Parts: sequence; C-alpha cells; structure tokens
Amino acid sequence: MIDFETLEKGTVIGSHTVQVNRADLVRYAGASGDFNPIHWNERFAKEVELPSVIAHGMFTMGSVIDLVSTWVGNPGAVIDYQTRFTKPVVVEDPEGSNPSEAEGTSIFVEGKVGALDSEKRTARIDLAVTANDSKVLLKCQAVVQL
Amino acid sequence: MGINPELVGRVFPANQSYQVGREKIREFAQAIKATSPAHFDVQAAKELGYSDVVAPPTFAIIVAQRADAQLIADPASGIDFSRVVHADQRFTHHRPIVAGDELVAELHVDQVREMGAGAMITTRAEIATVDGEKVATAISSLLVRAED
Repeated sequence: MIDFETLEKGTVIGSHTVQVNRADLVRYAGASGDFNPIHWNERFAKEVELPSVIAHGMFTMGSVIDLVSTWVGNPGAVIDYQTRFTKPVVVEDPEGSNPSEAEGTSIFVEGKVGALDSEKRTARIDLAVTANDSKVLLKCQAVVQL
Repeated sequence: MGINPELVGRVFPANQSYQVGREKIREFAQAIKATSPAHFDVQAAKELGYSDVVAPPTFAIIVAQRADAQLIADPASGIDFSRVVHADQRFTHHRPIVAGDELVAELHVDQVREMGAGAMITTRAEIATVDGEKVATAISSLLVRAED
C-alpha cells in the first residue's frame, strides 16, 4: 500500500511503454463497441484526411492508467480521471509484418504526483503521454483515494 | 449548417440497462493491456473489498458511448458520426464499477460551441444502478469537423 505521508509533489511514480498494433485496435473495437472504421480501415482513415489508421483515444487513455492502478494496488482507488486528446496515435501496418505480431507504435507514459490533498487523502497523478515523438494526451490527470 | 445549437439542455432519459459481466470486464481489461489482478481474478478483487472483479477506470465509456449514440442517432442533432473526433474525456467515479452491476445512463447535453466551421459538443452521462445508486459521471467533448 502507498503511504500518503511519504508522497511529495513531483515524486515520479513510474513509467511504462504500451505497444499498440493493428490487431490491438481490432481487439479494443470489439471490447469497447467502438467500431469507427478510422481505427481499423486505412483506406477510410485516409479518405477522411487522417495520415493512416489511428488508435482510439480511449485505447490510449485506457492503457496508460494501468501505471496508476498497479502503483496504488487497487484500480477502484482511481476516483477521477480526465484527459484531452491532442494528437492522434498513428498505427502503421509495415510491409511484410504479421499484424498480430508487429511491434506497432510505442506509447510512453510517465506518472508524477501533481497535487496532494491531505484532508481528503487524495493524490493527483499527472501522466505525461507521448507517441511518435509527440504529446498525445494533455492534462491527463488521475485522482486516487489513498 | 451542422450541429443544432438548440440541443443544449436536452436530456435523454435512461433507456435500456447495461448488465456488467465478469467476462466483459476481463475482455475490456485485456484489450487495454491492463494488468491489475482485480480486473481478472475474483479472489484478488474480494481481497480489496469488492464483490466481484473491478472494471478499469475507463470501462464506463461503454455505457457513456451507448448514451451518446442516442444523441448522434437523433436526426435533430445534425451530427455526422463520421466527422466526430473525441476531444476531451473525464470520468468521476462515485464508486468503482464491478461485475454484476446493472447500469443506466441519463444523457445531458451541457454545451454546444461553434469552433470555426465545426462545433464542439459536450455531453454528460450520469451513470447509476437501476436502483438509483450513483456510480459514475462521464463527460465527453466531441469535435464535429466541418464538411469540406
């Protein structure tokens, strides 16, 4: 368990890399019910002026919170979670690769204590999330009850 | 013109309930590459004090997007789904969602803002159990891109 008293603003809670390939997007589409073709059909994505197939914003948001859930040891302790989607996470389909085994795009996340509320015993964890050398989530913040 | 500004303040009452299944939580958790044992293992969830496996913090999007679908499907809304981009998302959990919950969502249209030739629409899904216990609030902002 995390001891609230030992936390300080700016403390890094950890970092993690999530790999996402085309097969992962199909799996997320099925699990979430979001079948927008921009997440699995390259022709359609390009016709609506996207560079290629892009990850669901909710895939990215969903995948990076695991860092916080595992740090606190209880996913139910995340009482508030928000983000702004700034840039799409493009997921390419490299020539000659098996879409299920392709390395895909790397999403890098680092979490830091952004604020502490000693009365409510909550910590706000700020997540810095990058992919393809760009910030893809902005103001990505989770409040955990400790 | 696209989105109807008179949508602000509209409320779409809860319709069909959503039954949260244990396998659905596992499937969703696996799809977002979550690793917390409480998403998968009933015993691990019970050790944390929950009655069954715990949904990941973004699981409520399933229920919220079903509620949003009512709005998008309404011909009066003027929203072309193929031009929708997710701009912002927030979840406030009054308590975690666990397997066995039966949830309903009431959808509120909180804001419609012109953005250049397009528009930004902010919706709020108030998610509760069928017995009226508040579970989560999901606020979504969708950017509807203008047609060329």
